Amino acid sequence: MPHIRVPEGLPGIRGLFAFRPETAIPLSELAQVLLHDEGTLTPGERELIATYVSSRNDCFYCQTAHGVIAAHHLGGNEGIVREVKDDFERADVSDKLKALLAIAAKVQRSGKEVQLEDIERARREGATDREIHDTVLIAAAFCMYNRYVDGLATWSPTDLGGFRERAAGVARQGYLGVLGYIKAAQRDGGR
Amino acid sequence: MPHIELPVGLPGILGPMAFRPETAKPLNELAEILLRGPSSLSPGERELIATYVSSRNDCFFCQTIHGAVAAYHLDGNEQLVLDVKESTERAPISDKLKALLAIAGAVQRGGKNVQPDDVERARRLGATHLEIHDTVLIAAAFCMYNRYVDGLATWAPGDPAAYRDPGARLAREGYIESTSGVSAAAARVAN
Repeated sequence: MPHIRVPEGLPGIRGLFAFRPETAIPLSELAQVLLHDEGTLTPGERELIATYVSSRNDCFYCQTAHGVIAAHHLGGNEGIVREVKDDFERADVSDKLKALLAIAAKVQRSGKEVQLEDIERARREGATDREIHDTVLIAAAFCMYNRYVDGLATWSPTDLGGFRERAAGVARQGYLGVLGYIKAAQRDGGR
Repeated sequence: MPHIELPVGLPGILGPMAFRPETAKPLNELAEILLRGPSSLSPGERELIATYVSSRNDCFFCQTIHGAVAAYHLDGNEQLVLDVKESTERAPISDKLKALLAIAGAVQRGGKNVQPDDVERARRLGATHLEIHDTVLIAAAFCMYNRYVDGLATWAPGDPAAYRDPGARLAREGYIESTSGVSAAAARVAN
């Protein structure tokens, strides 16, 4: 049972977004910029970073939701998501993405763990400053989302069916879809 | 030296925010709502939560600047900020705030560390669902900001006294006003 009274039937972060629309807006916009908007890392690569960090933080809802979104971007390849979670150094991903995942792994433990060698390795594999910046911020942001979701003991379905159904829409349209009903609810609430 | 090339002379999070304004916007809006928006927790109490979590994450810039903001809100009481960092249970603050800081401390270690007992204690001492929600999200958000600041090895002034004036300005003007001015100045320098 969640630690606070959130609207029923909305799993994970969605229940929290409905409970507190004011903070849902910047939280959704941050996810949109980091994971969905244009960038030199593909949405699939960025979702893999988010999934990996969520897995290290043992957040079932986030690693499952972002794992199926990553798989959707990667042609439905759920195997690669499992490989990355299991051991990204041996996963079938580019050397650049491995270097970025190594940075994300450090950030998950603590910002101070990121060493110059980690950055040099990523640079050598062709990562730009912007890609390194975004990797650090995606990893840091999921240390927030994961704690938000688990710190309030939100409910999550265990069956992947519903996650897969939503993944296609999020992969296509991004993370701002939720804002429509939040803003509508705020308008209705204001009347 | 920062891990990526950031605008020179901007301390802590201001460097990466000037580097990537697209993510700075939701990051600032989130801080503004959580720390300065309408709430039954005072800005001083909320800044103490942010400072305490940043201290547990050993992030010098965040704990010092938010400590300065907290002290400004608390009639300049810098000792109280030190007391909270040292021991939340012995600090001269309300029992309710002690209970919320215990929740924040659990979130800092990992969302799953928050136990029903922690929440019940806060409820018994008068904390509302919204206050518990915001405490968890402030703690989670600072696990992000701290990792962002340290994961990119940003520069920060070493003398805590140098944070008094910027802290007072943030307390008076807020996170959107203060940082948009800095970013605009950085953009002018860069151009």
